[in-house]
Amino acid sequence: MAHAPTTPPLSKEQLLKAYRQMKTIREFEERLHIEIQTGEIPGFTHLYAGQEAVAVGVCAHLSDSDYIVSTHRGHGHCIAKGCDVGGMMLEIYGRAAGLCKGKGGSMHIADVTKGMLGANAIVGGGPPLAVGAAIACRNRGDKTVSIAFGGDGSANQGTVFEAMNMAVVLKVPTVFVFENNGYAEHTGADYAVGSKDIAGRARGFGMPAESCDGADFFAVYAAAGRAIALGREGKGPATIEPRITRYYGHFEGDPQLYRAKDETKELRETMDCLKNFRARVTREGWLTNAEMDAIDSDVLALIDSAVKTARAAPPPNDAELTTDVYATY
Amino acid sequence: MTQKSMRDAINEALHLEMERDPRIIVLGEDVSGGAGGTSGNREASGGIFGVTKGLWPKYGDARVIDTPISESAIIGAAAGAALAGLRPVAELMFADFVGVCMDQIYNQAAKFRYMFGGKGSCPVVIRTAMGAGMNMGAQHSQTIYPFITAVPGMKVVIPSNAYDAKGLMITALRGDDPVMFFEHKALYPRKGEVPDGAYTIPFGEAALVREGEHVTVVALARMVVFAEKAIDALAKEGITCDLIDPRTTSPLDEETILESVASTGRLVVIDESPPRCSVAADIAAMVASKGFRSLKAPIVQVTAPHAPVPFARELERAYVPSPARIEQAIREVLKD
Ligand SMILES: Cc1ncc(C[n+]2csc(CCOP(=O)(O)OP(=O)(O)O)c2C)c(N)n1
Ligand SMILES: [Mg+2]
Repeated sequence: MAHAPTTPPLSKEQLLKAYRQMKTIREFEERLHIEIQTGEIPGFTHLYAGQEAVAVGVCAHLSDSDYIVSTHRGHGHCIAKGCDVGGMMLEIYGRAAGLCKGKGGSMHIADVTKGMLGANAIVGGGPPLAVGAAIACRNRGDKTVSIAFGGDGSANQGTVFEAMNMAVVLKVPTVFVFENNGYAEHTGADYAVGSKDIAGRARGFGMPAESCDGADFFAVYAAAGRAIALGREGKGPATIEPRITRYYGHFEGDPQLYRAKDETKELRETMDCLKNFRARVTREGWLTNAEMDAIDSDVLALIDSAVKTARAAPPPNDAELTTDVYATY
Repeated sequence: MTQKSMRDAINEALHLEMERDPRIIVLGEDVSGGAGGTSGNREASGGIFGVTKGLWPKYGDARVIDTPISESAIIGAAAGAALAGLRPVAELMFADFVGVCMDQIYNQAAKFRYMFGGKGSCPVVIRTAMGAGMNMGAQHSQTIYPFITAVPGMKVVIPSNAYDAKGLMITALRGDDPVMFFEHKALYPRKGEVPDGAYTIPFGEAALVREGEHVTVVALARMVVFAEKAIDALAKEGITCDLIDPRTTSPLDEETILESVASTGRLVVIDESPPRCSVAADIAAMVASKGFRSLKAPIVQVTAPHAPVPFARELERAYVPSPARIEQAIREVLKD
């Protein structure tokens, strides 16, 4: 017998959207993991699988007029911020019709019209940009905010410290989201983050900060909600540190010698935001398995068609080499 | 002699010199790897390109230091340690990341000896991976050696093969000035004959890679490999070239270039960087001012376009000077 339904923190429509986005990210990444092995996808790809609840839990609070800056591991943030999935896949394949005409690639997907100010291949490159976007938000006075996504490794970069302090000084609406997945490339966060407490560091800069379970959509959603509300109310920046894991290596092809042998296998059992979400929403009577199963098949079809389209699509024309740059010689 | 990759040749230079000189330390991100990991494997990386493999097991934490992602502190700490008597090798994982730590390179390390009136030196070697060819996009593919070449006080090394890389690295490690050592990613796996023992190659001495009559070609790093292809193809038609690899852009061996141009009268310079303020432009200007009377035709430069490095395979291929473009440039300089 099911319990009487409790009141969900999000509307049913929002819950379905959140599930759809998390599932889309998961499927996008799982499929890329397979497709990369064909050798058709150029460059280096960093998969976000395992961390979906963070991007979606944060972006569920945002509209197109809010901003995010992302990282080298940016696919999840892009999807959660509403970037076109087909356009992303085309970009990752380096095609002319890609979101950035094939000029950016996996590490530089952007869609400024959606408030997505770019993935970023420089660790710590994004947070200063987010502070600037937050100055624009503040000056417009429209209660919009900017989000700086970053990893545990990025928390050790000087540019990030500067951005955090400046956000406090200027009292601008930036939320720093440090996705602590335990590793920066092949080095553990417990080694490289001296204090082992990124949220504590943020408090040291003078902003409220909390850590949360990154595999629990509802925990991220609540923590992000508190942080974002402060920004919208003109109370300055805040930080959240979701604790999470990545299911794959740092980049595709990483042999992961720094990880215990069955670590990812176990974590897929114990830290899976999709399983957690399903369990919670069905237990509470907010959604049914059938509703989510229907989304699962939709998403599979969407990703499959995105891959098929991208594989068949033409590359950019050589003439594109010197477009989008003010002058050339 | 054994065939070794450029990756292994540089690795060997580090091993030999660390053995010889206890003042040498290595620091950077994942130079060993595995610290704080769950496998207990404390050499889980050996450098993201494998160049520092085997150093941590031999020399341990005191001399092989895994750092957080903090490029300013990595380069600055290396420069400070050098002032304090050590001989650090700092790894900047990708050359593009100079953007994060440029102050420590050009305002600090490069200037100490001069600003301090010759009292004190800063023997730091900054190793870094550069170049396009792996579709790593606009922030992981640049050849930024022109910026560093422009800085007084810095020595700039840009090897094109395994043998040179080892000898130049040993010279770098035995010198007293800051050196930026650019390793082209696409050259890491390329093999060449490399002796097992230590040897040095002096800075400011170009290599004459091919000898010929009609044209002088100057190229660096991967462009040397491409220029060889173009030159060998043209040799079948009786067109022969001097191919000069300066190996270091600071100091630059002007003499070898000028002597060659004096005999050929024609110069083609190849550079993977965009054209403005490039090493190609620098060498062309040097020859135009010091070798003007030898020239029989305008100097031809083959460079990347004035644009960031694009991601898509086809675009990146079109971006990087190719053997075909080099061949065409050699034909062009022979027209007049
Ligand atoms: C300035 C800079 N330094 C180093 C790198 C190489 N690099 C790319 S991702 C990465 C690790 C980042 O770790 P973290 O911030 O925890 O993000 P995660 O990969 O775990 O998502 C490193 C060292 C880089 N891209 N930029
Ligand atoms: Mg991390």
